[in-house]
Amino acid sequence: MSETIEQIANQEYKWGFVTDIEADVAPPGLNEEIVRLISFKKQEPEWLLEWRLKAFRHWLTMKEPTWANVNFGPIDYQSISYYSAPKQKKKLNSLDEVDPELRATFEKLGISLEEQKRLSGVAVDAVFDSVSVATTFRTELAKVGIIFCSFSEAVREHPDLVRKYLGSVVPYTDNFFATLNSAVFSDGSFCYIPKGVKCPMELSTYFRINSANTGQFERTLIVADEGASVSYLEGCTAPMRDENQLHAAVVELVALDNASIKYSTVQNWYPGDKEGKGGIYNFVTKRGKAFTNAKISWTQVETGSAITWKYPSCILQGDNSVGEFYSVAVTANYQQADTGTKMIHIGKNTRSTIVSKGISAGHGQQTYRGAVTIMKGATNARNYSQCDSLLLGDKCGAHTFPYIEVRNSSATMEHEASTSKIGEDQLFYCQQRGISAEDAVSMIVSGFCREVFRELPMEFAVEAQKLLGVSLEGSVG
Amino acid sequence: MTSALFPLTIREQAAQRFEQLGWPTPRQEEWKYTNVAPISKIQWKSAGQAASIGQAGAPDLNMAGRALVELTFVNGVFVSKTGGGAKGLKVSRLAEEQSEKLAKYADYQDHPFTALNTANANDGALIVTEAGAAIEGFIHILYFGSGDEVWSHPRNLILAGRNSQLTVVETYAGEGRYFTNAVTEIVAEEGAVVDHYKIECESSSAYHVGTIQIHQERSSNVTARSVAVGGALVRNEVNAALKGEGCSLALEGLFIGAGSQHIDNKTVIDHARPHCESMELYKGILDGNARGVFDGRVIVGVGAQKTVARQTNKNLLLSETAIIDSKPTLEIHNDDVKCNHGSTIGQLAEEPLFYLRSRGIGEEEARGLLIYAFASEIVDRMKVEPVRELIRRAMFQQMPDRLPERRGASR
Repeated sequence: MSETIEQIANQEYKWGFVTDIEADVAPPGLNEEIVRLISFKKQEPEWLLEWRLKAFRHWLTMKEPTWANVNFGPIDYQSISYYSAPKQKKKLNSLDEVDPELRATFEKLGISLEEQKRLSGVAVDAVFDSVSVATTFRTELAKVGIIFCSFSEAVREHPDLVRKYLGSVVPYTDNFFATLNSAVFSDGSFCYIPKGVKCPMELSTYFRINSANTGQFERTLIVADEGASVSYLEGCTAPMRDENQLHAAVVELVALDNASIKYSTVQNWYPGDKEGKGGIYNFVTKRGKAFTNAKISWTQVETGSAITWKYPSCILQGDNSVGEFYSVAVTANYQQADTGTKMIHIGKNTRSTIVSKGISAGHGQQTYRGAVTIMKGATNARNYSQCDSLLLGDKCGAHTFPYIEVRNSSATMEHEASTSKIGEDQLFYCQQRGISAEDAVSMIVSGFCREVFRELPMEFAVEAQKLLGVSLEGSVG
Repeated sequence: MTSALFPLTIREQAAQRFEQLGWPTPRQEEWKYTNVAPISKIQWKSAGQAASIGQAGAPDLNMAGRALVELTFVNGVFVSKTGGGAKGLKVSRLAEEQSEKLAKYADYQDHPFTALNTANANDGALIVTEAGAAIEGFIHILYFGSGDEVWSHPRNLILAGRNSQLTVVETYAGEGRYFTNAVTEIVAEEGAVVDHYKIECESSSAYHVGTIQIHQERSSNVTARSVAVGGALVRNEVNAALKGEGCSLALEGLFIGAGSQHIDNKTVIDHARPHCESMELYKGILDGNARGVFDGRVIVGVGAQKTVARQTNKNLLLSETAIIDSKPTLEIHNDDVKCNHGSTIGQLAEEPLFYLRSRGIGEEEARGLLIYAFASEIVDRMKVEPVRELIRRAMFQQMPDRLPERRGASR
C-alpha cells in the first residue's frame, strides 16, 4: 500500500511538451492601453470595448480574494502578457491550411481533427493559445441552425446574440478573476442552439496553454433557446512549465424555458512537479442560469492544475428548473483544490443534486466548498448533497465546507459527507482473492468515482478513466 | 464592589486586544451570519450593586434545593450560595479564590468577546473536584440579568481532577434589555467525566454571547449540552480541544427560536491526538421570523490517527419566514480517520402527520407531538431531571401556539 502511494506521489506529467510556433504576443503588463489593444487586434465593436473598459476600471477597485483554502505566492498581474495569437497570415478555409506544426501538436495530444471528425462525430473547436485555428462540422451544425464558433467570430457575425447574453449570468462585476477575464478575455467558444433544436452531436473544445508567460482568459457562452438541448465537452492538457501560469476563464450558460445544457469537463493541466514547483493556477468562474423547466448539469473530472479554484454553479431562476453537479477531483503531490458548487434556488419546485468525490494523495490538499441557497420564493425546493473524500497517505488533507442557507420553510435539504481512507477490510478482501494491492486500490477508486463517471458522455468517460490512471499512476490499472 | 478577577496585566492585554479586534462584523467568516451591531451600538454599563432576582418576570427556575450547590449571581454580582456540597468537591467564587489555570484555555487573542470578558470579568464560579471524587448530584450556577443597558461578564472555571466525575448546570435567565457575555473554561484531567449543561433562557430582549472552552486530557469524557431558547440575539460558542489520547466528547445542542430571535451556534472540535472520538448533534426548531445558525467545525490534526468524528445538524422550520443557515465543516489532515457529517433542513414530514391524524389526533395536536418528539431526542438524553423539566417548561413557553399545553411538563 505504501509503495502504491509512493508511486502516486512520484508520477510524472505525461503530456508535457512545448510547440515552437511564432506567437504574436502583447508586451507584459495590464493597463487601459492593453485592453484597447486586445479589442483592436480582435476588431471588436465599440460596445464590447466599452464593456471591457468598464470591467477593467472595476477590476482596479477590487482586491484579490483570500478566502479560499489554498496557498500560493502573490501573482504579479503586470508581468503577464495578456494577448498572444499564433501568427496567421490569412483566414483558413480547410484543415489542410492549418500550420503542420500545430497539427502535429494535436496529433500528440490525440486530438487529430480529421480523426475526431471521422470517427467520433464530435465537432471540435480547438483553441490554441488564444485564437481559434480550426473549426469543424460548422456546416453540418449550421443546417439545423446551431451556431458554434469562436467567441471573436461570434462577436463579428452575431453581435446581437452576444450582446444580449454576454455578462447576463456572470456580470463583469462578479468577482476578481471574472472581472479580470471580462477586461482582457482573448477568445473562447460561443454556441447558440435555436428553439426546439436538439443538438445532433456532442460539442467539444480543447484548450491548451502554449506560450510561456501568457495568461489564458477564455470566455465561453452557451445559449440554449426554448426547448433546445445540448451536451458540451471541454477538455485540456498543457505543456510542462516552471513558472506558474494563470488561467482565469469564464463560462456562462443560459438555458431558456424547457432547455437543457449538459456541460462536461475533463481538466488535466500541468499540476507542477513532485516538489510542487510550477503548475497552472486554474481560477475559473462557471455559472449557468436555468429558466422555467430548464436543466443545467455540470460534470467535471479535475485531475490537473497546481491550484484549482472553481465552483460551477446553477442559478435556478425559473420554476421547476433543475441543477446538477457531479465532480471527481484528484489532488496528488502538492496540488491544491478548492472546488465545489453553488445552487441558488429562486423558482418554485426547483431541484438540485450535488455529488462530489474527492481523492487526495501525497501532499495534496482538497476542499469541497459548496453553497446551497434557498431563496424566499423557492417553495418546495429540494436539494440533495453528497460529498465523499478518499484519503491516500497521511500527509494529505480533505476538507468539507458546505454552506446551507434556507429562507423558505417548505424546502427540504439533505447534506451528507464522509471522509475515510480505503478500508483495510476491502483491500484484504480483494487481496485474499488473488488481486494485487495495486489492482485492488484501482478497483476501489474506480468504484468510488463511478457515480460521477457514469454521468459523463461516452467519449469522455474513457478519457476520464485514463486521466485518473495518469494522476494516480500505479494504483489504477 | 468591582474587585478584579485577573491580574492587571492580563486585563490590560485583553482590553487592548479587544480594542484592536473591535466588534466582529458579518464580513468575518466566523461571524458571517450574525451581525452584532445591535449589541455594539448600546453604551453598556456594569451593575455596581447586587440587585435581587425580580419576582414578576422571573421564570420558574425551580432548581434550588435540588442542586448540590447553587450559586446565584445577578448582573454578574454574587448574591447567594446555597447547599452543602460534597466530599472532594469545592465550589467557590473566582473573586475570592485565585486559580492559576484561569484564562489559560479560552483564547482572547482572536475572540473579541472572550477578550471583552477577560478585560471586564469580576466574578464567577470556580468548581474543583479532587482526584477520584465521583460527585453525585449537580452543581447549579444561575446568572440572572436584570434591568436595561446593563452588561455582565460571568466567568467560570471548572477543573475536574483525575478520574473524578462531575455534573454542572449553568442557567442564564433574566428580565430587561441587558447583555450577558459569559466565558466558561472546562478542564478535564486524565480519566475525568464531565457532564455540562448550559441553559440559555434569557429575556426576550436580552443579548447573550457565551463561550464554553473545553480542554481534555487523556481518556477523559466530556459531554457539553447547550440549550438556547431565550434572548433577542444569542451566540453560543463551544470550543473543545482534545489534547490527550482516547478522549471522548459529545456536543449536544437544542435551539428553539420564535418571534424575531436570532440564535447562532458555533462549535469547534479540535482532534489533536490519536484515538479520540467526538459526537455532535445539534437540533434547531425555528418559528415566526426567527433565524438560526449552525456553524460546526471539526478539525482532525496531523497525527490524530484513528479519529472518529460524527457531526449532525437537523433543523425544523415551522413558519414561512423562519431562516436557517447551516455550515457543518470538516478539516482533515490525515488518512486513518472515520469522519462524517450531515445536515438536514425541512418541515414536519407528511407521513407521520397522516399516521397520527388517521388515529384520530387533530392536526394541531399531531404537529405539536411531532415537534415535541423532534426536541426530545436531545432532551431525553439529559441525565439531570430538573434540567429536563426546566427545558420542557421553557419549550412550552416558547411555542405556546405549537405545543398543546396539556401535554405539559411531565416526563
